[in-house]
Amino acid sequence: MSSVELLFRIVIGTLIAAVGGIVIGLAAKGVDRKLHARMQGRVGPPLRQPFYDVLKLFAKDNTVPDNAVGWMFNAAPVICLAGAITLLLYIPFGSILPVLGGHGDLILLLYLLIIPGLAMVVGGFSSGSPYATVGAQREMVTMIGYELPLATAVIAIAAKMNELFPAEPAFALSTIAAHPLWGEMGLLGIIGFAILAMIMVIVTPAELSKIPFDTPEAETELAGGLMVEYSGRNLGLFYLADGVKTVVMGAIIVALFIPHNLSPVFTGIAQGSIGAYMVDFGFFLVKLAAVVFFAVTVLRTAVARLKIAQVVTLYWIPLTMIALLGLILMMWDSVPMLHIAPWLGGA
Amino acid sequence: MARLNKSFDKALWVFHVNSGSCNGCDIEIVAALTPRYDVERFGIKLVGSPRHADVMLITGPVTKKLSEKVKRVYDQMADPKAVIVVGTCGCTGGTFYESYTLDGPVDNVIPVDVYVPGCAARPEAIIQGVVKAWEKLEKLRGDSV
Ligand code: SF4
Repeated sequence: MSSVELLFRIVIGTLIAAVGGIVIGLAAKGVDRKLHARMQGRVGPPLRQPFYDVLKLFAKDNTVPDNAVGWMFNAAPVICLAGAITLLLYIPFGSILPVLGGHGDLILLLYLLIIPGLAMVVGGFSSGSPYATVGAQREMVTMIGYELPLATAVIAIAAKMNELFPAEPAFALSTIAAHPLWGEMGLLGIIGFAILAMIMVIVTPAELSKIPFDTPEAETELAGGLMVEYSGRNLGLFYLADGVKTVVMGAIIVALFIPHNLSPVFTGIAQGSIGAYMVDFGFFLVKLAAVVFFAVTVLRTAVARLKIAQVVTLYWIPLTMIALLGLILMMWDSVPMLHIAPWLGGA
Repeated sequence: MARLNKSFDKALWVFHVNSGSCNGCDIEIVAALTPRYDVERFGIKLVGSPRHADVMLITGPVTKKLSEKVKRVYDQMADPKAVIVVGTCGCTGGTFYESYTLDGPVDNVIPVDVYVPGCAARPEAIIQGVVKAWEKLEKLRGDSV
C-alpha cells in the first residue's frame, strides 16, 4: 500500500471511528440510563437523552475560572476525547478490522487507555479548585489501583496465545480475535479464562468512573470532583469522551473474550461481503450492549460508592489475587498431568 | 436567543441551593426525583456543581449570612440559566416575613424566573414550575406556546 493510500485510509477511518464511536457511545449511555431507571422502578429518560444533553452543553457558555491554568484547562477535554477516539482505531468491530490494526497491539492499548484518564487528571489539577484537585488525586490513585488486575488479565491471555499459536504475534488483537480461547483449552483453562473475564468486567466501571468506583467524581461529597469547574463545551467534550470510553472498554472485552462472529452461521451470506460485515457488526453491538449492561448498569444499580482506600485495596489485594488465580489456572491447563478434560472423557 | 436550542428544555440540569430554608421544601425536591414522580423522565438531572447547572432551584428566604453565597453561586452558573424559587418563604418571606435576619426574599438578591409557592411546595407543584420555565424558554425562542 502506498503511503498516500495509507494516509487516506487513516483519515477516513478516523472520521468514521470518531462519528461512529460518539454515536454508539451516546446511545450506550442512553440505554444505560433507561435500564438503570427501570431497575429502580422509574420510567427514566428517553433513549435520546444523552444527545439532548450534549446539544445543550454545546449551546452553553464555556467558563474558565480565574485561577485556572487556561490552556491546560481547555486542552484537557480535547485530549481526553482524542485519546478515546484513538483507542477505537486499534480495536476490531465485529469482522471489521481496525484502521491501524497492524500497527499496534494490546500493550499499546494498555498505555493508550491511560491517556483519557490522565487528561482528566490534568484538567482537574489545572482548574484551580480544591474539589477538583482532590478528585484528580483520587483518579490517579484509582488508575494505579486497577492497572494491576488489568495487566494480569492481559498478560495471561497473551501468554496463552503465545503457547498455543507460537507462530503469530501473541499481543496482537487480530490473533486473539481469530482464535477465541474458549474452544482451545480444557476445563481448568476455561475456569481461569472466565475469572479473567469477570476481572475485566470489574475493571471497566473504574476505567469509566462509574459507581461503585466513581470516587474521583463523587457528586455528593466532591460536587463533581474532577469536573467541578467544567461547563459548556468543555463539559460536553468530556461527556462525549465518556461515551466513547464506554464503547472502547466494551469493545476491548468483546475482542478479548467473545470475538465470535455470527456471519459463518448463515451459510447464505458470503464471507467478506457487505452483508457479512453488517451481520457481524450488528452482533458486535449486541455483545457490546450485553457487556455494558453487566459492567456498568447492573453494578451501578446494585451497589453504592466505595471509599477511595477501599477501591485501591479491593483492586490490589482481592482482585489481583483472583486475577493471578485465573492466570495460574490457565497456565496449569497446559500441563498434561493436570489436564481435566481427559478425565471427563473429553479430548 | 439562537443559543436556546430545543434540546435545552429537554435536558435541564438542576443545582439545588438551600438559602436558609427549614428543609421542608428540600425534602419535596428530593421527592420529585424519586420513582413516584421521576423527573428524570423529562431529562431533569440533579448535578453537584453550579458550573454544570442550567437551573438553580433555590429554597429558603435568603438569610443575611447566605445572600453573598447565593449571589456567587448564581454568578458561577454558565449562561443561559434560569432560577426557580421553591416554597413560599423564598417567594415572599412566608413564615419568616420581615425577620431581622433576612436579606430576602430571593428576588431581592438574584433575578427569579419562576415562583413555586407552597409551604412546603408539593412535588407536583415543583414539576409545574419546571413546565412554566419551559414555557418561558419557548417564549424567549419566539415559538408559539
Ligand atoms: S416554604 Fe415552608 S416548608 Fe418550604 S422551606 Fe420555606 S418554611 Fe420550609
